[in-house]
Amino acid sequence: MPAAMATGTTRLSRWHVLGAALVLAGVLVSAALFGAIDLDWHRVIAEVVAQLTGGVSPLTEQESAILWQLRMPRVVLGGLVGAALACSGATFQGVFRNPLADPYLLGAAAGAGMVVTGMVVLAPHTPASFLPVAAFTGSIGGVGLTWTLGRSAGSGTAHLLLAGVAVASFLTAVQTFVQQLNTDTLQRVYGFILGGLATTGWNQVLAVLPYLVVTSIVLCACAGLLDVLALGDEEATSLGIRPGLVRALVLGAASLATAAAVSVSGLIGFVGIVVPHLIRLLFGASYRVVVPLSLVGGAVFLMVADVVARTALAPAELPIGVVTAFSGAPFFILVLRATGGRRS
Amino acid sequence: MTRPLVTTALCLRGVGAGYRGRPVVHDVTVQVPGGSWLAVLGPNGSGKSTLLKSMAGLVDSTGELLVHGRPVSTMGNRERARAIGYAPQIPALPDGLTVTDYVLLGRTPHLGPLGREGPSDLSLVAEVLTRLDLSNLAGRPLRTLSGGERQRTVLARVLAQQAGVLLLDEPTTGLDIGHAQALLELVDGLRTTEGVTVVTTLHDLTLAAQYPDQVLLLDAGEVAAVGSPSHVLTAERLARHYAANLTVLTGPDGHPVVAPVRGH
Repeated sequence: MPAAMATGTTRLSRWHVLGAALVLAGVLVSAALFGAIDLDWHRVIAEVVAQLTGGVSPLTEQESAILWQLRMPRVVLGGLVGAALACSGATFQGVFRNPLADPYLLGAAAGAGMVVTGMVVLAPHTPASFLPVAAFTGSIGGVGLTWTLGRSAGSGTAHLLLAGVAVASFLTAVQTFVQQLNTDTLQRVYGFILGGLATTGWNQVLAVLPYLVVTSIVLCACAGLLDVLALGDEEATSLGIRPGLVRALVLGAASLATAAAVSVSGLIGFVGIVVPHLIRLLFGASYRVVVPLSLVGGAVFLMVADVVARTALAPAELPIGVVTAFSGAPFFILVLRATGGRRS
Repeated sequence: MTRPLVTTALCLRGVGAGYRGRPVVHDVTVQVPGGSWLAVLGPNGSGKSTLLKSMAGLVDSTGELLVHGRPVSTMGNRERARAIGYAPQIPALPDGLTVTDYVLLGRTPHLGPLGREGPSDLSLVAEVLTRLDLSNLAGRPLRTLSGGERQRTVLARVLAQQAGVLLLDEPTTGLDIGHAQALLELVDGLRTTEGVTVVTTLHDLTLAAQYPDQVLLLDAGEVAAVGSPSHVLTAERLARHYAANLTVLTGPDGHPVVAPVRGH
């Protein structure tokens, strides 16, 4: 007779994986339908099938270009950025054991903002294509500064958290000061920082993809250790793990993912906090479930938000950060009420 | 549980322990035979928890600390975790986790690099839950548990670690006398059936007289006495070290019963 298995676990089942894959594919294709030029859904699906199977394309050359060179890169980029932010947010919440932790907590946003501002002011003729590199560098620099300062004060998460607050405040103050002295650059700086997913083809997708793939693998592999960290450092150590090492690994990966996201989309708030909470409410609080499903949830959430951003006031575009907060907040409240917050 | 746990003895020779260079416990020497139970007693602030943490390798320590003849300092983290299970005085119970999720964390030192639990981990946890009468609570969120259920769940997590030595810091904290008794009976049962070696800190001196094989009385970080409960728990010694008015009676089973006496 086979041994009895423990029940009541919160783990990914094949149904979770299948459901997530179907929702992701459905939203990916649906999001590509929206835009200035109407593309029928059945022709888009036929086109996708034709591309996958090598069949005859039902679209004209122009329609095909719109779909594959304009819409798809943008939708995919939105998915990647959303996945990175939500997965990083879940990780930060796990490491800091704080439900309000977000991916920008350690200075990733402030660092990006300051370096982009400095570049626009000091080298105004820098091509726009260089700004993502500046944002990425600033983001990593901000987190690096926080880490260095936090570790010099002590080894606990509280030191790191306080160092993050101090570094973010300082960098934001420097950015504001420089900005005040150069108000003519305001629009260019904020145009980048407030973000959006306007793309120029697949280049940005390919630029961030390696970072996001590697960091996602690391974070999903370490998800179980986030559950152990939730016991506190002493108990985690008594279970054979090294909390400081795990924290350094997952915060490094989450910060890299955040920096990659910031570099191509500016700052998009809300995703990193709300999506992991929704996943917790719906599927359970173990990080073994929260981290991987946040990847999918974040991707879906931002792809949908981008459709709203593109279409709500068409032909004008709303900043996607406004849409994420506008649409996400009421939805979150609804779910919170429906579930009674029983798993948050 | 059907599978036997490895019996491991604990040996401390001149052990000192403390935090960041501030010594709290000095020169503790005691032998804990495999399958026996040592209770560490002492007034508040005497260093009981620090001594327990030093046995778990969680604080800086000096002297010689051996588990089954091997120095703890030479063991890797995972190896140590497979030999010594530890439950702190106030364990963290992460809010949204279920009882099974939590107990599965005890398998951490046995998992591979990707941390994926296998069927053997799940079946072992099912056995532990059954053994501790927690099967019907398997899917319950931790925060919905009563005090007694929580302490049993924490014990289940430590037990799932399959360590030969269990270090339990104040396992009866917050429990009424019935639940405290039930928990200590459970630990005693595990000790006799599984052969685990148990070290607990305890505040209740009467319970400490009934379950452990030997007790170690700490005062201001120094060993005041060590030996069998009836040898150590004398009225004169306890009054001196606890600064308390008390008397020690003999219970119906022959064990000392420590009773406070109101002062005038």
